[in-house]
Amino acid sequence: MKEKYLINARIIDPKNDIDEIGGLIIDSKGQIKACGKKVSNGNLPSSVDKIDIKKQVLIPGIVDMRVFVGEPGYEYKENFRTLSNAALSGGVTSVVSMPNTSPVIDNVSMVDFLKRRGRDKSRINIFPAATLTKNAEGKQMTEFGLLKRKGIIAFTDGIKTVQDPEVMSRIMNFASQSQSLIMQHAEDNILAKDGLINEGEISTRLGLKGIPFLAEKIIVERDLSFLEEYFCKYHISQISSEKTISVIKKAKNEGKTFTTGVSINNLSLNENDIGDFRTFLKLSPPLRTENDRQALVEAVNDGTIDVIVSDHKPQDEESKRLTFAQAATGASGVETLLPLALELFHNKKIKIKKLIASITTNPAKILGITKGNLDKGSDADICVIDVNKPWVVDKSKIKSKSKNTPIENRKLQGKVLKTFVKGELAYESI
Amino acid sequence: MAAIKKLKAVKIEQNHLLGIQGLSFSQISQILDQAKEFIALNKSTSKKLDILRGKTQINLFFEPSTRTQSSFELAGKRLGADVMSMNIVNSAIKKGETLIDTAMTLNAMHPDIIVIRHQDSGAPNLLSQKVNCAVINAGDGRREHPTQALLDALTIINRKGKVEGLRIAICGDILHSRVARSNIYLMNMLGAEVNVVAPNTLLPHSIERLGVKVFTDMKKGLDNCDVVMMLRLQNERMQGSYLPSAREYYEFFGLTPDKLKVANKNAIIMHPGPMNRGVEIDTNLADDINKSVIREQVELGVAVRMACLKIFCKEN
Repeated sequence: MKEKYLINARIIDPKNDIDEIGGLIIDSKGQIKACGKKVSNGNLPSSVDKIDIKKQVLIPGIVDMRVFVGEPGYEYKENFRTLSNAALSGGVTSVVSMPNTSPVIDNVSMVDFLKRRGRDKSRINIFPAATLTKNAEGKQMTEFGLLKRKGIIAFTDGIKTVQDPEVMSRIMNFASQSQSLIMQHAEDNILAKDGLINEGEISTRLGLKGIPFLAEKIIVERDLSFLEEYFCKYHISQISSEKTISVIKKAKNEGKTFTTGVSINNLSLNENDIGDFRTFLKLSPPLRTENDRQALVEAVNDGTIDVIVSDHKPQDEESKRLTFAQAATGASGVETLLPLALELFHNKKIKIKKLIASITTNPAKILGITKGNLDKGSDADICVIDVNKPWVVDKSKIKSKSKNTPIENRKLQGKVLKTFVKGELAYESI
Repeated sequence: MAAIKKLKAVKIEQNHLLGIQGLSFSQISQILDQAKEFIALNKSTSKKLDILRGKTQINLFFEPSTRTQSSFELAGKRLGADVMSMNIVNSAIKKGETLIDTAMTLNAMHPDIIVIRHQDSGAPNLLSQKVNCAVINAGDGRREHPTQALLDALTIINRKGKVEGLRIAICGDILHSRVARSNIYLMNMLGAEVNVVAPNTLLPHSIERLGVKVFTDMKKGLDNCDVVMMLRLQNERMQGSYLPSAREYYEFFGLTPDKLKVANKNAIIMHPGPMNRGVEIDTNLADDINKSVIREQVELGVAVRMACLKIFCKEN
């Protein structure tokens, strides 16, 4: 591979606190050789590829901590190839794949399959997560040590929550010795039983059973109490309510160490968007009030929330063309994560460097991977964006196998122009 | 695709009766005025009209129902429509067919009107997006039961002359009740003052945002009321986490002569049925012909449903 010079770019690398006009050199092994204003336009050797970025923004490839792939078991919803295409068009170069497949990822033999399929069929980096408990049943813990050694990056029951406090406390106790990353989807099953949307005026009007904010808060409070005793690496997958933010702030003030994520859906939409039973907005955690949404945005801005995820959950149309109660939960979103996040920048709610950090540097740091930065020697996973380009979300142009976008026809500003993975141009907008 | 676009245009004109929400005041007046005309007809010896002759009405009941289903069936027949009631227990739906597929199948038979009851809130809305005929909601989940509210309004008008200015108390399991929701919307639109009375555990979140005063004490909630609407308390809610026991419920929320004393002395008692005597209502009160209008509600129900069928079928 020839050396590549990406020149004349606005480089934003939150890890190294860089926001400057400059260039980036990719060496013949696909790694970053140099980056920043010192890489200038002049005197380039003729033997290299020169790519003029034309003052557009260049950031590290996005790291998405919560993505559902259909393999194995739900290939008709999404496979590694379609996921890879979708992710690349959204500037996402690394994903953590959720273990809620069929069968679930709860033993070492499944890991080889995932790694092989991920390598052969996709161009992005797949970091597989395994379940916390066998068959995600919340009873018996999985082999954290062995799975981690095989290449499992994090442990989560994905769409499920470990309900039994005894099991959870033991998981946190046991995982602390291998420093395995525990990611909890926080929702109390009993309080949220049969719940469909946020509990409030909208649920009363639509006659849908509500999910109270307490269902989330109570699990976060419980787990943070365990964290006083068992110092494991603990991450709350996504939160949805203002009340949970208060709990997190308080715990952080007390000196507890843990991290928190939020879905881009909860930052960009609220319960009113459900309108006349729009099943594409049936999500978990549910969309909550506008107050909650604003509080979440502010929490990203002030650093209470560390990570923004797409919570990409492809669902085939058939499973959404049902009554609200019967319809499947989740929304496709890996390709619109960045443009939706940029909305928060354009609305002057979150500074761009903070925003980029929440989808690159911060998740990489939590996961302990050398991604999400433009360090010398890192793989050249890079995303080039026109932050101002206006466009409209068109369902027919979605690359994911499932088209269940919750933001159809939304006017967005900001589009990915180029995505590089390990120095190779893997996607280019036409 | 063309068909779907056409359907969207239909939806804007609100040619379906999906709920009281979405009806205009003039539509409500039209239904009630029309229903008044049918009251006399239903008492006469020759009850049959031919307004809907040649029209096909399908009753699609996913939940068991006696009075609503037979009321709709009678209403259709009295207007001369061909009425077919689908027996869901033996149908393809039990074999895993989705609501939309069922709708498409029925749609191919060119019905003029589909009356649907479904356990899921919003099911009639979904159906209305997929069929070419008028859809009438006969109760969906805990969302709406518009014809029940309309027949309640007609009963009140029949007894009290008007709804405007009355104080109406709706008592009981508001949380799970579609009847309560539809009545709250309708009685508010017609200018009544609406109280809801229930234990906290049976009140939906933010119910006050629907324009009602909330009470957990019957004697305060019934104070000076002109109409007392009791709701059915389902057996499974009596034990467990909603309420400690039927006994406790009856003591504090059952309608008894003593509690009724605080209401207006000419107050009428209503109930959408079926009743649990001795649980939500004293058995003698339920049968008190001077106060209870429960049987009249059933009678006027047919007239209201005839009016709805006529109006929504005609417009289509």
